[in-house]
Amino acid sequence: MSDLTYLSLKDVTLAYGKSVAVDRLSLDITRGELIALLGPSGCGKTTTMRAITGLMRPAAGRITLDGADITYLPANKRQVGLVFQSYALFPHLNVFENVAFGLRLKRLDGKTLDTRVDGGLDLVGLSHLTNRKPAELSGGQQQRVALARSLVMDPKVLLLDEPLSNLDARLRLEMRTELQRVQRESGVTMVFVTHDQSEALALADRIVVMKDGYIEQLGTPEDVYDRPSTRFVADFVGFENIFAVENGKLKTADGEVPLNPGAPIEGTVKGLAWRPSKVTLGSGSFSGIVKGSSFAGHAREYLLDSALGPIKAEQPVPHDAYAIGDRIAFDLAPEHAARLNRME
Amino acid sequence: MTGRLLSYATLTLVLAFLLGPFLIIVAAALSAGETLAFPPQGLSLKWVFKVFEIESFRKSFALSMFLAVFGTLAALVLGVPVAYAASRYKLPFRETLRTIVSAPIIVPGIIVGLALLRYLVIPLDVGVGLALFIAHTALILPYAVRVVSASLENLRSDIEEAAVILGSSRAGAFFRVVLPNIRNGILAAFILGFVTSFNQVPVSLFLSGPGVRTLPIDMIWYMEITYDPSVAALAALLAFLSIAIVFLAERFLGFSRYV
Repeated sequence: MSDLTYLSLKDVTLAYGKSVAVDRLSLDITRGELIALLGPSGCGKTTTMRAITGLMRPAAGRITLDGADITYLPANKRQVGLVFQSYALFPHLNVFENVAFGLRLKRLDGKTLDTRVDGGLDLVGLSHLTNRKPAELSGGQQQRVALARSLVMDPKVLLLDEPLSNLDARLRLEMRTELQRVQRESGVTMVFVTHDQSEALALADRIVVMKDGYIEQLGTPEDVYDRPSTRFVADFVGFENIFAVENGKLKTADGEVPLNPGAPIEGTVKGLAWRPSKVTLGSGSFSGIVKGSSFAGHAREYLLDSALGPIKAEQPVPHDAYAIGDRIAFDLAPEHAARLNRME
Repeated sequence: MTGRLLSYATLTLVLAFLLGPFLIIVAAALSAGETLAFPPQGLSLKWVFKVFEIESFRKSFALSMFLAVFGTLAALVLGVPVAYAASRYKLPFRETLRTIVSAPIIVPGIIVGLALLRYLVIPLDVGVGLALFIAHTALILPYAVRVVSASLENLRSDIEEAAVILGSSRAGAFFRVVLPNIRNGILAAFILGFVTSFNQVPVSLFLSGPGVRTLPIDMIWYMEITYDPSVAALAALLAFLSIAIVFLAERFLGFSRYV
């Protein structure tokens, strides 16, 4: 935990009855950061978020925020905001009253309250819809109300649960930009949960990739996308050719295969992974038979059958050099591979 | 063509069956004669006015109103938390609980009435009035739970969590965001409970005592002694009152969604 740490989770264990959802998770977040918790459903990302809000109590571990231990602080005293996946707007209140809800509980005087609600609605561009009921709003507008409702409380951390998943493709892109702008203008520390890697890569300063209640990898979008450190992360971000490594050699079903010497492979490396675009076709020490060829817009994808097993490769379009049944040479260059330090 | 004719004929018969008794009662109420009869002997409003002069009707009407209003309120005070707990928590024996709560409408009223008389009123010396109140509350409870449950099902539970995160207490969240959103369901339950209690006969039949009779029981009792059209007049007045209540409820609450 460094001096810059604002929100910190230390060995936090979260359980539903006897089943452990998150196991001794530690995470330090800096003030003003935008963090993505990324992982498939059931990985513990939503549970982690609920623990930060206080809706769920850790079975063990410590959570600190802005220098204070909040592990057992009730949710209504935490100054943490949450934008629900379903938005969870109050159906009986109009837009203004939804946003004013938390401020009214603080018993602010009328004028301050009006100013802050108007400011919040302004920030999300909804000042013209103050009298509408949630049922009369589109999904995107409902989300903006939910965002404003949390932001006017001036939370220390704002959590967002799958903020874009209920929106259609075009709105999703718009809302992405919107979230970035709101974060920039308000400077609030944001943590959002998503199962969509492209969303995490596009939005976050740092990404926490989770699986089965553990952190698989924590890093910048570039780290995660280009330098996955575990088999799971590599697979998750689209490395389709993954091999275990032993003594500097690839382990395949038929035994160990030496690689062309490129960059040396360090002893700690347990696996290597190549994106289809990083497989060299047409030359190299391996060969395979073309089993499949398909057009994917930006590239043509080939599926090869080789002594290493199936290999996925792609070439920029237009490309029609290989036909199904052709035997072609290919290479897996160690310098183009991601080094994996965990293969399970 | 014959099919169409047949369906019109059926419709007419059904309407006659449903509305016929009501029309006969109204006609009998407007009779000028001295006995309850249809067709009426002449037309007059005198029996309608007579109703308000009969002392026992006034007393039993007050008792029925009291039971309907406070019995329903008591049933709601008990039923809303039951409905809330059943919808929000994964209770063990949830279905069993539902069945138990519904028991008073499944068990014939005669049995409920007899059981209350034999095991509550007689051995414990509970007053008939109190027994009536308990009985009516128990009979309304199933409706209260069912109707309120229906409107809770349509309400997302995460709005309570949203309220808590915005600074509200758990209890505060219930009063600030749950209650306002099930208000119409509660009103619908109130009306249904009120009407159920007001029209209740079999249980109230057993729980009558000197001077303590609900209005329907008092009407039966009155008719056994005095066979004049005032009973018909009272029945017609009550019918119009019920129609007015249900009409207003439908108009303002969309009552039929709940029952």
